[in-house]
Amino acid sequence: MKVVEALALAISGISANRLRSALTMLGILIGVAAVILLVAVGNGASVQVQSQIQALGANIIYVYPSTQRVGGVAQGFGGGQTLSQADVDALNDKSQAPDIVTAIPIAQSFGNIVYQAQNWQAPVTGSTQDFPSVRNYDISAGSMFTDQDNGSDAKVAVIGQTVVDNLFGGDPNAAVGQSIKINRQTFRVGGVFASKGTGAGANQDNIVVVPINTAWAYLSGGRGKNIAQINIQASSSDTVTAAQNEATQVLLNRHNISDPTQADFTTQSQQDIQNTFGQITGILTLLLGSIAAISLVVGGIGIMNIMLVTVTERTREIGIRKAIGARRSDILLQFLIESMFLSGFGGLFGIAVGAGVSTYLGTIASRISSTFPPPVVSIPSVLLAFGVSVGIGLFFGIYPANRAAVLKPIEALRYE
Amino acid sequence: MSIPVSPTDRPATIQLVDVVKVYRMGDVLVNALRGVSLAVAEGEFIAIMGASGSGKSTLMNIIGCLDLPTSGDYLLDGIDVRRLNDNQLAAIRNRKIGFVFQSFNLIPRSTAIHNVEMPLIYAGVSHQRRQRAMAALDAVGLVERAKHQPSELSGGQQQRVAIARALVTEPAILLADEPTGNLDSESSIEIMRLLVELNEDGRTVVLITHENDIAAFAKRVVRLKDGLVLEDHYQEQRVEVSA
Repeated sequence: MKVVEALALAISGISANRLRSALTMLGILIGVAAVILLVAVGNGASVQVQSQIQALGANIIYVYPSTQRVGGVAQGFGGGQTLSQADVDALNDKSQAPDIVTAIPIAQSFGNIVYQAQNWQAPVTGSTQDFPSVRNYDISAGSMFTDQDNGSDAKVAVIGQTVVDNLFGGDPNAAVGQSIKINRQTFRVGGVFASKGTGAGANQDNIVVVPINTAWAYLSGGRGKNIAQINIQASSSDTVTAAQNEATQVLLNRHNISDPTQADFTTQSQQDIQNTFGQITGILTLLLGSIAAISLVVGGIGIMNIMLVTVTERTREIGIRKAIGARRSDILLQFLIESMFLSGFGGLFGIAVGAGVSTYLGTIASRISSTFPPPVVSIPSVLLAFGVSVGIGLFFGIYPANRAAVLKPIEALRYE
Repeated sequence: MSIPVSPTDRPATIQLVDVVKVYRMGDVLVNALRGVSLAVAEGEFIAIMGASGSGKSTLMNIIGCLDLPTSGDYLLDGIDVRRLNDNQLAAIRNRKIGFVFQSFNLIPRSTAIHNVEMPLIYAGVSHQRRQRAMAALDAVGLVERAKHQPSELSGGQQQRVAIARALVTEPAILLADEPTGNLDSESSIEIMRLLVELNEDGRTVVLITHENDIAAFAKRVVRLKDGLVLEDHYQEQRVEVSA
């Protein structure tokens, strides 16, 4: 018997019990839709995290002071003050590090910002005029401070939109030129960063940036010229690894360390961070998909159940078919195709529903919550879901179909 | 009354030699057939008769290759069916035997023409399948009912569709198991006349029945009792129909 004829038989078998077939398909439909939707949500989270990491700055490499060894005793992470302005200058030297575009020092402290009767807490970063280009910030009003400001310890600050919202009623232009107090030191607002929103779990707009020399002079609280991290921008995404290696070599040389495992600093590229988050979101997606897959299996059991009922109901028909010349394989094929048809079409409808709901959630994501990631339907998950649904029809169809195929014709004919 | 003599010069279509069938029913072994020998030549019209329990259903199952004998030989058209596997038996049922059942056994929710086509589908025939099925329906006079489902046909019409289905593969024998058992007397006679006609066209017909006036349409009557042949004789065939 040809497959076309088996298919025609299967269709007539399915259409004979429309409600039952529809309900059976519904089980698979829900399973497939759940897989596609939940994987899409996981993917959406992954895409969102990746784009947020990207927003922190393009092709960026972070250098942190790391475990300092004093007489062979490891000190706490980040406790060291092993990075210096001279390190930054060396990294900016094109002859030593050709793939590094810019390296900027970052000094971190926490500030109480006061404007007139308003006050606000924000992290205060000391850096250089290259901070916006390395960290991917735009200026929405005023301007960035300059190297001259840095050289003269000028008390000028560039503030983020969240600070503007809380101290100046949200108008960036109203903030420029005003005097604010940062930890009781008077600063002039030189400019405002355009909003970047929330990224990598932190509000990127709650920020105050001042020249690093100013920060050391007025805000370090006597901790000296501490550099919390150096941010390096590589010339392109292809040279990130090269730039990372150059930075490592420059710093090892400068710190007179011959054994890289003994380095007193740590480098981390954006790629490293993306990989880490990629693993986390990958596990999340897998977890969500696995939970949804359970419902797919339940749907498959539904198919098996209904196929067993169908085979019992049609025992006599099977007997007739065998009497007029159907072979075991013909009967097997007929019922297998029937169950695969049920699961396959359930799967197709499930894909439509899953993709539809995902897309709809994407359009209303911002209304649900500002942090809800718009689901991203991935084509492999769609193909996999369809393949798995057909496979489920095959797997859960084999037992009932085989029961039909091995029926003895005389017994099947006698069945009432 | 002249009794026709067996046309012995013709080859035997069915040859049963000392066929024994024993099957188990729970803990009891039932000797359904206890050594039946029977030869049916091509073109014969034979009625197998017997009370219930005489073994006639078992004999039909064996002749129809739905079951195999426990011992003894069965040659159908010269083929020893005991040597065949499941698939080969299916093929024999498909090509050599046309079944007509008491309860018609049409496939529900399939049109008459589709029911008639079914054996050809299993035979792997795709060339002119519809035409051949139509020709078979024409032979039983039901062309205009081709698109009707069994539930839309009368009992007599359903049985005629079943006969068309039995004929469509041009089988060596037509095996009719109580074909009139579920029909009124008028339809019964219609069906029997159809079988007589088919036999006159040269088809071998094996009829299983317990009714004497149905067996009267056959040329030869075999009576079974307790799994043995009690009587085997040729008779004057009933042709004229008394309403």
